[in-house]
Amino acid sequence: MGVAALMTQSDDVKATVEWAEQFQGNYRLMTAAEKAEARARLERRYSAQYSKKVTVDTSEALPGVLMGYALNIRKCIGCRRCVNACVEENNQSRGKNPGERIEWIQVLRMERGEFSKEKMNEGYPEGLGIQVGGNAYTPAGQVLEGQYHYEPALVPEKDATYMPIACMQCEKPPCVKVCPVRTTYREADGPVVIDYNWCIGCRMCMGACPYWARRINLTTPVLPKAEMNPVTHYLGNRPRMRGVVEKCHWCLQRTRQGRYPACVEVCPVGARKFGNLLDPQSEVSLILARKNVFRLKAELNTFPKFFYFYD
Amino acid sequence: MHTLIKFVIDYTRYVLKGGAKFYAWMGFLAVLSAGALYGFYLQNTEGLIVTGLSSQIHDGLYFANLVFLVGVAAGAVTIVFPAYIYHHKAMHEVTVLGEMLAISAVCMVMLFVFAHMGRPDRLWHMLPFVGIFNMPGSMLAWDVLVLNGYLMLNFACGFYYLYAKYTGGHVNNKIFMPLVYTSIVWALSIHTVTAFLIASMPARPMWFHSMMPIRFITTAFAAGPCLIILAFMIIRKNTKFWIQDDAIDVLSNIVTWCLGLALFLTMSEIVVELYARTEHANGLYYLMFGLHGLTRLVPWFWSSLAFMIIAFVMFLMPSVRTNYKLLPIACVLAFVGIWIEKGMGLIVPGFIPTPIGEVIEYYPTLIEIVMTVGIWAMGLFIWSILLKGAIGILVHDLKYEGSDAGKSIDFPSSGETAASASR
Repeated sequence: MGVAALMTQSDDVKATVEWAEQFQGNYRLMTAAEKAEARARLERRYSAQYSKKVTVDTSEALPGVLMGYALNIRKCIGCRRCVNACVEENNQSRGKNPGERIEWIQVLRMERGEFSKEKMNEGYPEGLGIQVGGNAYTPAGQVLEGQYHYEPALVPEKDATYMPIACMQCEKPPCVKVCPVRTTYREADGPVVIDYNWCIGCRMCMGACPYWARRINLTTPVLPKAEMNPVTHYLGNRPRMRGVVEKCHWCLQRTRQGRYPACVEVCPVGARKFGNLLDPQSEVSLILARKNVFRLKAELNTFPKFFYFYD
Repeated sequence: MHTLIKFVIDYTRYVLKGGAKFYAWMGFLAVLSAGALYGFYLQNTEGLIVTGLSSQIHDGLYFANLVFLVGVAAGAVTIVFPAYIYHHKAMHEVTVLGEMLAISAVCMVMLFVFAHMGRPDRLWHMLPFVGIFNMPGSMLAWDVLVLNGYLMLNFACGFYYLYAKYTGGHVNNKIFMPLVYTSIVWALSIHTVTAFLIASMPARPMWFHSMMPIRFITTAFAAGPCLIILAFMIIRKNTKFWIQDDAIDVLSNIVTWCLGLALFLTMSEIVVELYARTEHANGLYYLMFGLHGLTRLVPWFWSSLAFMIIAFVMFLMPSVRTNYKLLPIACVLAFVGIWIEKGMGLIVPGFIPTPIGEVIEYYPTLIEIVMTVGIWAMGLFIWSILLKGAIGILVHDLKYEGSDAGKSIDFPSSGETAASASR
């Protein structure tokens, strides 16, 4: 379409904008003027496309800020409101067909392990057999297909514990290292972001991520005009295109304006905390100082800035 | 310059001429390629949704074929190495055919890259200077570098040799031999880097071990020569060019021991992973026996293992190895076995279970299959063209007018060419 627009000198706003977009450079390397141009271009196109006034924020990281996240694992009740709030806030694809629904947060539902009298002797030698190791044969804590898409009538369920995960915004992100075109990188204030216009869709980052935090847009995202969130950030929740990878960015469009991420705001039990790690009086800093804290898959040396804690 | 233009024109003319069999074969490949083009069109209008890929299993048939074909390309070194390091006479006459295989295999790899990308229209982002090439960091960048380098090396070596033959001039060994030695080392590097590409991901325990590169090399040096042996059989039957038994025997020896090593490495991996049976063995366990009742890949694994073992036993027996009626069967078995091992047996189970423990099954869609078959057809199309021209030059059907081609000797060891000498 872009080529056609250039050749016919088309007045079609959408087509000409796409042509310019197609050949813009990597966002990080753009000059301030180019960034402003890209922003105006996108605002024009999105506003026309979604029939409402869309803003594309391009604010940079604030000095002296390092974002951190803490989650009280004892408190989570598995209501999955964070998941839905995230989808609505961040303009994720929400179609019905497989591959059209994208969620950045998973609340893993894990069954509680069970030790029963009947199973006491399972796995012990019968007759002259050799011992093969106790009775830990129930896959307690194993996540199976669809186990984060549960929809119970009431939460929390008696026999379940919950483990919400999303992008851990690693200090040493494996996804950044493997990207062949440097489209994904760590911002100065912490979050790992993607320049959606520069991504070639090779999916190396998805393979490298130990937290399964990245999603590929297999098809053009399904985003109804009415449900589109017009307050966007260039590196954050602006509408994505087909064939690129996307992920959680701690709601840059909100957090750089001094607000909480959508999932923190919506959590009914206050399990989610967010703040500036460099400020010793911030909520997360106090949690890190006073609570029992752990990181997920610490053995992989990714150093997440997403901390789990319990009282 | 004039000779070079003449070379290109003559080469093209020669390739365009052919018997009914040749046209039928090329036509058949062209039809299959058209299918791939249609699949490519669909993928770029509808998106990758037309494939069986998902956010969980995001690398499938395309990536698997890419990895396998890098091995086939590297396998061409099994001809170049004996020819130039051991001065094997029979091999020396056919080296250029191996280089032609390397060129077409790398072309296929590139096509699979295009099929695999979510946004192939943005591949220019990878070009140095125009885009950004994440050079020391990204393994994929290294892979792009070594693959393109290998393509250029083989193109240079192969066509320089053919051009010299065509004009009847001498090959300048001062330029030629360094290129050949570089290409030998480079062949190892392409499959090693491809192995690093997947072995360097701690998020995928099934791939995260240092045995991967050597396993890749052994399977590559089994699958590549198998394909070459098959091609040699066809060439012997259908053209004037006679490939000596000696060359085929060396190749089948290489296949035998590389296949044996590959089986040994597979066994080692199975023992190490399954004896302790940690959580990290889940991928392999899923592949071999299935997990939580999901068993789609199990038949693939066992059939691949069976093919490879039967082929190995066949290759071990001298009566089969030297029987050129049975040898192609063993070659096909080994080739198919390794193809399955790289695809359904390595790439796909690497994603199952996902890092959060999800067990999801993958099966390629019809479009993926049509695309894959089509890209293979394109590769074979390229290979046929390259081979036809190369053989034409080797048997002196194609030579620079007025030159005394055929009489001149470019290498002391090669002597009179195979065509006239051995028949």
